[in-house]
Amino acid sequence: MSEPSPSDVGRRDVLRFGAAAAGGLLVQIAVPGCAPPRFGGVRGGVFVPNAWLIISPDDRVTFVLDRVEMGQGTTTSHAQMVAEELEIDPARLVIATAPAGRAYDNPDPLLLMQVTGGSTSVRTSYEPLRAAAATTRELLKAAAARRWGVAVTSCVADNGAITHPSSGRTARYGELAIAAANERVAVPALKPASAFKWIGKSVPRLDAPAKVDGSTIYGIDVKLPGLLTAVILRAPAIGAKLKGFDGSAALREPGVSHVLAVPTGVAVVASSYWRARRASALVKVEWTEGAIALDTERLRAAFHARLREPGKVLRADGSVARAEGEAATVLEAIYETPYLAHATLEPQNATAIVKDGRCEVWAPSQSFGLAREGIRRLTGFAYHDIVMHQTAIGGGYGRRLAQDYVLEAVTIALRIKKPVKIVWSREDDTTHDVYRPMSVTQMRAGLSRDGTLTSWFERMACQSIIGQIAEEWGQSIVPNSLPLAMKSLAARGAATLYSGGAITDPSSLEGGRDIAYAIPNIEAEFAAINVSVPVGWWRSIGTSNNVFAVEAFFDEVARAAKKDPFEMRRDLLAHAPRARRVLELAAEKAGWTTALKPGVARGIAQTTVFGTSIAQVAEVTVEGRHVRCHRVVVAVDCGKVINPDLVRAQIEGGVGFGLGAAMSQEITLAKGRVEQSNFHDYPSLRMHEMPVVEVHIVPSEEPPTGIGEPGVPLVAPTIANAILRATGRPVRRLPIRRAMEEAK
Amino acid sequence: MISFTVNGAHHDVDVPDDVPLLWVLREELGLTGTKYGCGIALCGACTVHLDGKPLRSCTTRVGEVAGKEVTTIEGIAATPMRAVQEAWIAHSTPQCGYCQSGQIMSAISLLKAKPRPTDAEIDSVMSANLCRCATYVRIRSAIHLAAEKLAGDGAPKEPDPKP
Repeated sequence: MSEPSPSDVGRRDVLRFGAAAAGGLLVQIAVPGCAPPRFGGVRGGVFVPNAWLIISPDDRVTFVLDRVEMGQGTTTSHAQMVAEELEIDPARLVIATAPAGRAYDNPDPLLLMQVTGGSTSVRTSYEPLRAAAATTRELLKAAAARRWGVAVTSCVADNGAITHPSSGRTARYGELAIAAANERVAVPALKPASAFKWIGKSVPRLDAPAKVDGSTIYGIDVKLPGLLTAVILRAPAIGAKLKGFDGSAALREPGVSHVLAVPTGVAVVASSYWRARRASALVKVEWTEGAIALDTERLRAAFHARLREPGKVLRADGSVARAEGEAATVLEAIYETPYLAHATLEPQNATAIVKDGRCEVWAPSQSFGLAREGIRRLTGFAYHDIVMHQTAIGGGYGRRLAQDYVLEAVTIALRIKKPVKIVWSREDDTTHDVYRPMSVTQMRAGLSRDGTLTSWFERMACQSIIGQIAEEWGQSIVPNSLPLAMKSLAARGAATLYSGGAITDPSSLEGGRDIAYAIPNIEAEFAAINVSVPVGWWRSIGTSNNVFAVEAFFDEVARAAKKDPFEMRRDLLAHAPRARRVLELAAEKAGWTTALKPGVARGIAQTTVFGTSIAQVAEVTVEGRHVRCHRVVVAVDCGKVINPDLVRAQIEGGVGFGLGAAMSQEITLAKGRVEQSNFHDYPSLRMHEMPVVEVHIVPSEEPPTGIGEPGVPLVAPTIANAILRATGRPVRRLPIRRAMEEAK
Repeated sequence: MISFTVNGAHHDVDVPDDVPLLWVLREELGLTGTKYGCGIALCGACTVHLDGKPLRSCTTRVGEVAGKEVTTIEGIAATPMRAVQEAWIAHSTPQCGYCQSGQIMSAISLLKAKPRPTDAEIDSVMSANLCRCATYVRIRSAIHLAAEKLAGDGAPKEPDPKP
């Protein structure tokens, strides 16, 4: 038998601890509400100094990871942060996944609940995790000093043990765990960067061993005694309602136990997925026709029409109207991006048991905050009766911020009173996603006679994601200590403010309203449009729309001004040293000024997103309609780097993810139905299309910023800009493959 | 009753012979390392070996494997091909990891056929396996590393022509 992986061991330990301690240790430490978190003592025979660490007398040191691992590397980066201050090899940490608990709320002011997203994981954990680990280390030192009757200052923490060098005494952390619970220390000063042993090192991924031998348990792999599997026959069109169904033939199939109506369709429950799926073909379902007017071409027309009305002004520097009146030339272009699916390779799924007024859930979720609140509203159970287990996640990219699949599992479990796993098919997943919103964006720029950029205007017509889910979001943020009626009122109030336009979704114009270019007159408007297509956060969120429009338009402007697009950017970033530095570094490493073979062109673009400044140069071959990107040079400044190899991996992967979308992906609608269904018509980047990706990291001692998403948004504009240089024709609509075909 | 061998162990399963092998492995035999991604042989997450040859288990009827030998990701660690898994770990290749069972099974088939594959040969075989995290750069380098390890000579691979 293969050695169990840290994450595997961790998961089992969570279950074991849960069973061992009355009510479940990890559940108990995560009791929500206003009461102070119950840490700092011995619980169930182990030392639980805080929400993230458990030290047991057998010298097992468990790190409870609350920023969920979905490939972005938090298992390793966060273990490194803990290990640094705890003075232990990160590979020695047993990694457990956090249960639902408000102690694990993401402190980012836009999030304020238990959620992993927005490239916040390192940034928001860097101080708290190190402080928690440092405090724990001091408690262990204090316990050792007391045991040996020596001064704390004469004790040293190193490699999982406290030593007293002058006497040669040593004690493992496990030996001190119970005693340390009685000590009291102040939060110590954190180590200076010069003393770092683990932070800044390319520690190999701690989750890799269990991901290469098939032992990692994803949501879809969860096994429980008596577990049934459900599939759902879903509405063929957006907004279609169930009129009726006949499940009698399906119920006669072996292993099929239930056919029942649920809010999202008709669920077929059987003893296994294949039995449920086969039987589902025998169910006769009738639907109302739904939102048959939803059609991509009509939506495009409506979005274009929306641009003729003003949006909400989110930035106004100077006066664009005056500047345009005085400009020698005013350029205008409209950019379009399509709806996109996330297409996580692991389709949506979740497992639930509802029994005796208690609900237990296993899910590959990016937000237990949203999930638990949704379950509370569905079941009426108090938070402490809702137990959440995090599984491994087969791709997140923002899809698993929505909790629809979790609520489906709980809904069915509640009805059939048996443990059940809901599993979506790939077709379900493609046709019932919460899509990256489509956008139509008007850009205008004023140029003076000498080619100086005097004004910049953006108006983006797009759906607001927060606007669509504000109530759900608000409910999850508001503490349960408020009376429930007040909680609902507060959440509904927030929703009204969003939908009424009083509050604007801060993510919608990311990468647009916050452009760093020194242009005296800038206006950015968000022209919200209400459409019933479900939308959600897609890796890099608003920047995936805005940065394409902004950076592709920039090259059109540079061309009109007869300026080099790199030099023009550099000159307008003179006041923004971080952005300018990455731009110059990318250009230098790419050999911006060097000659290329005929038919090959370079495109450049830059942005600052999630606090990270990033610039990319793409080398692209254009042969007729055929476009191939074969090299991408990236320079990135994400502040202090925890693990350089993880940063490189996120950029490599981000570029590939962005490239697949930029070149080929779009979700289109006809008669209210999503027209794509699987990877044949929603293609994903494949290995032969993967360019060489060269990553250059700017050394920095500034606080860390985000890295999971910044690699994505520049891919589309750099390729568009390369095509513009190669052909003289701009690309104004994604995906590029379609734009090239339609250009003929 | 359908009988076949999985990772050297004999199994009899009582299911209709048109049930996809993938679901028999995952649900009847509990071998969840083999993944469901698309169900129509487009993503490669379900790749296993049948008598040593790569196979998409999501579109293979279990009846087709009667009397044959199936190898899944769970069976690799016990073989010399664990070198491929070790190379994957050495290059921190997985991100979400969901596709990697299938990637490794495809890579093993490739290395059996071409012990020292070029980048072009890697691309042509491995393009059948999707990775939504786009770990392709590392999959490619890990295959080269595995090739070196399996050859046991530690000699550097022949340089590939740059595109």
